[in-house]
Amino acid sequence: MAMAALRREGRRFATPLMSANPANTLRSSLLPSEEQAILGVRSISTQVVRNRMRSVRNIQKITKAMKMVAASKLRAIQTRTENSRGLWQPFTALLGDLPSVDVKKTVVVTVSSDKGLCGGINSTSVKISRALHKLNSGPEKEAKYVVLGEKAKAQLVRDSKKHIELSMTELQKNPLNYTQVSVLADDILKNVEFDALRLVFNKFHSVVSFMPTTATVLSPEVVEREAESGGKLGDLDLYEIEGAETKGEVLQNLAEFQFSCVLFNAVLENACSEQGARMSAMDSSSRNAGEMLDRLTLAYNRTRQASITTELIEIISGASALTG
Amino acid sequence: MLRHFTTRLLSRSIKFRPFSTNVAAASAADDAFVKAWRSTIPNLEPPKTPLSFMQPRPPAPSTLPSKLTVNLVLPYSSEFSNKEVDMVIIPATNGQMGILPGHVSTIAELKPGLLSVHEENGVKKYFVSGGFAFIHANSFADIIAVEAVPIDQLDSASAQKGLAEFTQKLSSASTDLERAEAQIGVDVYSAINSALSG
Repeated sequence: MAMAALRREGRRFATPLMSANPANTLRSSLLPSEEQAILGVRSISTQVVRNRMRSVRNIQKITKAMKMVAASKLRAIQTRTENSRGLWQPFTALLGDLPSVDVKKTVVVTVSSDKGLCGGINSTSVKISRALHKLNSGPEKEAKYVVLGEKAKAQLVRDSKKHIELSMTELQKNPLNYTQVSVLADDILKNVEFDALRLVFNKFHSVVSFMPTTATVLSPEVVEREAESGGKLGDLDLYEIEGAETKGEVLQNLAEFQFSCVLFNAVLENACSEQGARMSAMDSSSRNAGEMLDRLTLAYNRTRQASITTELIEIISGASALTG
Repeated sequence: MLRHFTTRLLSRSIKFRPFSTNVAAASAADDAFVKAWRSTIPNLEPPKTPLSFMQPRPPAPSTLPSKLTVNLVLPYSSEFSNKEVDMVIIPATNGQMGILPGHVSTIAELKPGLLSVHEENGVKKYFVSGGFAFIHANSFADIIAVEAVPIDQLDSASAQKGLAEFTQKLSSASTDLERAEAQIGVDVYSAINSALSG
């Protein structure tokens, strides 16, 4: 602050000398009010452009930092996701996957992120959930939502508020682990009646590609019904049930275990996709900021050179008027 | 049957694919879903389903296979994937069960206990927490557990201590919830002890 005041004072002394000395390079760092008083209105635009450049440069730094952070988080969570991919495969090998099963009560479980700036993955999940809801609503069928994550909740609350049974946020406050997800699955299973659960999430393929996926978990009654009616689950009856309890109880435990395993994988895959999408969004944002900065630099130089040229012309014409 | 055929022909090019019952059933389910989706929601691409991400399993062979293919999966890793072994002994809820190639298809619920995998160069023993085991007709065994540790990583002294602690908690438990938790602790620790000793 003191330096700026001193500089200002110094310039006030230098101004009478400046009109005689056109090569004074301190001009461009004068305050706008000073410049306006001495040189006229045209130099204010350099200050405005400079302010814009500074803010764009700061934004570029921030988005670059966010990209680095997302890249490191992605590395950490990607290994865990790949390790958990084996978890749901035995269930699908046994029970198959019946996305077209006809049931009375469907619950659409949407997995999304809490934080934004991650591209379009949350909107895609919400669009697919809405479509599944529409597909499964009819005269005798009904569909409800269970929402995990702040972003999908914000979008779904707008038009389907009465269909949302349960919503949970802040899943990633602590690093994701199976215990937490199984407690979550237990919560959902206890509080929501369902015949079929459809999980909607983004499966992580690579840093730039995420596939919206839906996994179906059936309740034990529907499994029995499908097994009896033949079709895909027809050979389920061939399986002997080993266990101290009855077949119904074993199937119930199986359905609950399947849901917690599939949900664990879904949450991990979605977190991976979120970090990947954020990385690419922040990367394109920094690139955009860089281009904007280039354009602003050109504009700034043009304005600066134009004001210097007009200054020179005035001085020279003034000098020649005096002499000639 | 005919409708399945026509939908398959329309939706994918005619490829001569080795016919496995799993793959045929899978594509039929997916096609019905995709068709229903496209008729109600024309603008959006249908989402993928887990079957498209999985390798199809081979069908039941006609002769008895010599080896059992085991997958042991945990939430944090796949311990074995498609490993060929001679025999597996799993801790089902009603006792230890031995699985040989050609075992009848079974769904077994597991309790905390010892899992031993017998292969040519020895026996590997793991202590598993609860889970499920599926044995399929084609001599594939899937064991899904929440935790599986090799027993040489377990310390018998702390297992004894844990058992004593939980037995004491069980006797002093007042509510049903506390009693259930203490009972679980007692079960697990006594299983660990018997696994380490036996």
